[in-house]
Amino acid sequence: MTIYNESWEAVIGLEIHVQLATNSKLFSGASTNFGALPNTQACNIDLALPGVLPVLNEEVLKMAVKLGKALNANINSPTSFARKNYFYPDLPKGYQISQMDKPIVEGGFLDIELEDGTSKRIGVTRAHLEEDAGKSLHEDFEGQSGIDLNRSGTPLIEIVSEPDISSPKEAIAYLKSIHSIIRYLEISDGNMAEGSMRCDANVSVRKLGSKELGTRTETKNVNSFRFVEKAIQYEIERQISEIESGNTITQETRLYDSQANTTRPMRTKEYANDYRYFPEPDLLPVVLEDSFIKEIHEDMPEMPTEKKLRFIKEYGLSEYDSSLLASDKDLANFFETVADESKSAKLSANWIMGELSAELNKENLNILNSKVSAKQLGLLIKRIEDSTISGKIAKDVFEKMWSTGNEIDAIIEKEGLQQVTDLSEIETMVSKVINENPGQLQQYLSGKDRLFGFFVGQVMKESQGKANPSQVNEILKKKLKE
Amino acid sequence: MALSDKELKEIAYLARININDELLPSLKGELEKILNLFNKLNSVDTTEIEAMSHPLNLSQPTRPDEITEEDQREKLQETAPSVKSGLFLVPKVIEGDS
Repeated sequence: MTIYNESWEAVIGLEIHVQLATNSKLFSGASTNFGALPNTQACNIDLALPGVLPVLNEEVLKMAVKLGKALNANINSPTSFARKNYFYPDLPKGYQISQMDKPIVEGGFLDIELEDGTSKRIGVTRAHLEEDAGKSLHEDFEGQSGIDLNRSGTPLIEIVSEPDISSPKEAIAYLKSIHSIIRYLEISDGNMAEGSMRCDANVSVRKLGSKELGTRTETKNVNSFRFVEKAIQYEIERQISEIESGNTITQETRLYDSQANTTRPMRTKEYANDYRYFPEPDLLPVVLEDSFIKEIHEDMPEMPTEKKLRFIKEYGLSEYDSSLLASDKDLANFFETVADESKSAKLSANWIMGELSAELNKENLNILNSKVSAKQLGLLIKRIEDSTISGKIAKDVFEKMWSTGNEIDAIIEKEGLQQVTDLSEIETMVSKVINENPGQLQQYLSGKDRLFGFFVGQVMKESQGKANPSQVNEILKKKLKE
Repeated sequence: MALSDKELKEIAYLARININDELLPSLKGELEKILNLFNKLNSVDTTEIEAMSHPLNLSQPTRPDEITEEDQREKLQETAPSVKSGLFLVPKVIEGDS
């Protein structure tokens, strides 16, 4: 599968920043809404005016505990904050409040599913809370930079994986799994394009079987699933080709350029970064009572893996279908409504992943904006199951439902699409078809069994798709013997 | 503990403090005295002592997740040296340039 030389292996770790979906900031009561006018959501704490003090948002702790539990990790109590010192104009304090020694979440894992159906356990080293910085705009300010501090102080949780990932595909499976979890937990919208989920990839390569780790690079600035995959792929190939040409890899931070599909080094600073972390004196250690953690844990929704297993058990779906449907909470809910209405889980899954997905993709809609509701799709499937309409006609009906927004039963009624289940009517059509095709009848009777399908097709055509196929089969068999 | 000129300049750079070479010898002497105090602390056996990140034996209070701060941009930008279209203007800095 991988393009690179078979004698090399890649060692990959991901750092995922997730913006937590709180109303207010990590340490201030300013709003975190996306897209507000510059600096209208930056209060005196976010601006680091002299004398202000941070006050911790309780919701952030709850969200972090949920994530920690979903990642099978330990919740540290007490957990404490630290200052990470660096100078940049979109960081007015001159330090970011982050966590160092006692991150709120530590030592977890996530089982990811690979394309071949096997699963792999990826270790999660830690997840820590920190505040986001503001934004710098470098254009159009007559040689100056414009600073918008609306994002300053927005809560982030940074999830750091162990270097257990060995291919771009695994990296994507892990990233998607984290995405699915944060959406299930409703702790973030996970929108990569808007920056509410950002991914940095630590990549190194080594000779297959070698125990020693190669020098790693950190690639930043990757803002879609596809780009994460491409950036890692590029970086692996670049490192192998450098080493094979006799060069060495420099430990550095690189930026991904999605237009050129390359990574390039950020200009190396004269001195290595030294953030001089120290405990944040403005915040006390945070104690999380067992009862607090327990209450949050008990209140957690069903997670993707649990849901998948339930779909297999409860609805008898395949592993593949279950895993696809359970990967997104809204999709899973949609499926359950359809299946409950139609009483046919397998057909429901097929329709959702077939016709419905096709229409959604065509119009770039997500499941919540589906033009056919889950209840209506369920009814449509029910109408196939109770033989009101044939499967073939159902597809036309679905398209009408999608384009007109009309209800299923109204369309069937109005267009006269009810399946013909009246035996005498079918018998008439069968006789007509047999009489009109004496040549084929002759051949069939002389042993050409394959022509049976021809007769079925002709009868279905005669009925304009409305005859019940199993009844047609039965009657045809009987009539052809006569 | 002896500090080299290079180390001293690095520390100054990290703190974005400009120091001229004339000041190096005296600063070095002062910093070395401070570092010696840390060396003294480092020499104490602390294996049995729990790490402390704050001197008060209290835990951090929290606040509910509510928006309590109104937009005060106009007022807050009155004291800014330079503002345009609601943005604070600063000398141009691009990551990696320094």
